[in-house]
Amino acid sequence: MNGVGGGREERGPEPGEEPPAGLLEEFGRGRQRALARAISMVEDETPGFEALLDAVHERVGRARRIGITGPPGAGKSTLTKELARSYRQEGLRVGVIAVDPTSPFSGGALLGDRVRMTELASDRGLFIRSMASRGSLGGLATSTREAADLMDAFGLERVLLETVGVGQSELEIARTADTTAVVLVPESGDGIQAMKAGLNEIADLFVVNKADRPGADRLRKELEIMQRIRGGRDEEIDWEVPVLQTVASEAEGVGELLERLDAHFGRLRESGALEARRTDVRVEQARSVLLRRLERAADSQWEERRDEIRRRLASGEASPYAVAAEMEAAFRREMAAGGDPARS
Amino acid sequence: MTDRKYRVLVAKPGLDGHDRGAKVVAAALRDAGFEVIYTGLHQTPEQIVSTAVQEDVDVVALSILSGAHMTLFPKVLDLLEEEGLDDVLVTGGGIIPEDDIEKLEQRGVGKLFGPGTDTSEAVDYIRTWCEEHRGDGAGRE
Ligand SMILES: Nc1nc2c(ncn2[C@@H]2O[C@H](COP(=O)(O)OP(=O)(O)O)[C@@H](O)[C@H]2O)c(=O)[nH]1
Ligand SMILES: [Mg+2]
Repeated sequence: MNGVGGGREERGPEPGEEPPAGLLEEFGRGRQRALARAISMVEDETPGFEALLDAVHERVGRARRIGITGPPGAGKSTLTKELARSYRQEGLRVGVIAVDPTSPFSGGALLGDRVRMTELASDRGLFIRSMASRGSLGGLATSTREAADLMDAFGLERVLLETVGVGQSELEIARTADTTAVVLVPESGDGIQAMKAGLNEIADLFVVNKADRPGADRLRKELEIMQRIRGGRDEEIDWEVPVLQTVASEAEGVGELLERLDAHFGRLRESGALEARRTDVRVEQARSVLLRRLERAADSQWEERRDEIRRRLASGEASPYAVAAEMEAAFRREMAAGGDPARS
Repeated sequence: MTDRKYRVLVAKPGLDGHDRGAKVVAAALRDAGFEVIYTGLHQTPEQIVSTAVQEDVDVVALSILSGAHMTLFPKVLDLLEEEGLDDVLVTGGGIIPEDDIEKLEQRGVGKLFGPGTDTSEAVDYIRTWCEEHRGDGAGRE
């Protein structure tokens, strides 16, 4: 666990909390069950999960992460399956994380991306995990990144992240990938709508899928024109954002997509931007983990005093601002005294 | 503090060709707050168990109309055990004679539901099982 050359500090993130030893050992032996449980710990924020992530951190960094994002029904899962199949044919071990929304009404989720991937379902070199967006403390992007880190540390060499490209958190997930492909279809509207949704900011490649349907050529041309107007270039790595066409359900155009994904990654690596950008992601991760820890600590104090706070607010004796300021002061005092407000 | 969600795999093994029943159950479980992993038609026991491992589910719910329940349920149980997942509930529904239900339950399968059952009955059963066997917010190690 010595960060040779990395100068990593030896302090675990959760004083008094160790990662489950049996799980770490199984994880190290490459048992899928251990990876699956580890991801559940991250999703559930089971005590010890940050210590677990810390323990495997030195093994993170070998996988290439590819984001596949776009509107529902665009063919993301179908395309993901085709990419996974091709990488498997090259002998690479592949992880897939497919994120679908949690129902705001019930808190439940129906995760159906595997339906498209059935034919790959018993391949031992492929690990597919469906994740619900939930309402996690650190945000969806943080826990998705952590699940990807676990797959990476486990030894999977390609990690494909399928997300629905609507809303801020999904866009944030895309930022954690090395390369992001934005998948659009003729039915999903025109190029201008894609721009409005912010998809052009995260796209390293555009894929016009369902090219067998009318309107695909028009959408491709629109996107190309928008790229020219909006400067669809990544200057730092000298990359012009390409617009590709695929028929995912027939595996058409997948070869070219794979080539372009490789080309983009090649540019990242040769220009030195890969390391810099991955460091940016780690910096952002550290920040969001800190915020999550603080929020968790504050929340547990809050829960303890909830009834009292409610009484005081009901009687009008204090304002929400006074209560919050008072809670913060108490929180700081406890931290300064060396206590751990998260552990009550 | 942990936000523990119960995860259920809804699968449709065998060769018979429609999954309306399975979809209805999947949607009902979602509406009851479960995270449901839905895999579609024609799953082999190997595929089902591989999915159960990767998705780290608490429950495997199988819809079997083909009459092959006496081979499929035990096969899934055996494969789960091989993977060290003998703490997962295997339940399901379909057209299954009373005698067979008894035999399967003796073999370790959970409650099985006939075609006329109200889905809320199955949902309640799964929820109660999870609460009793998984606890609320408890880790699984
Ligand atoms: N016509 C046509 N249908 C496709 C194509 N790619 C995917 N589909 C179908 O579109 C539907 C949605 O695909 P899916 O991969 O689940 O989309 P996702 O919601 O973006 O993951 C499925 O019925 C696919 O079979 C394509 O290139 N052409
Ligand atoms: Mg999908």
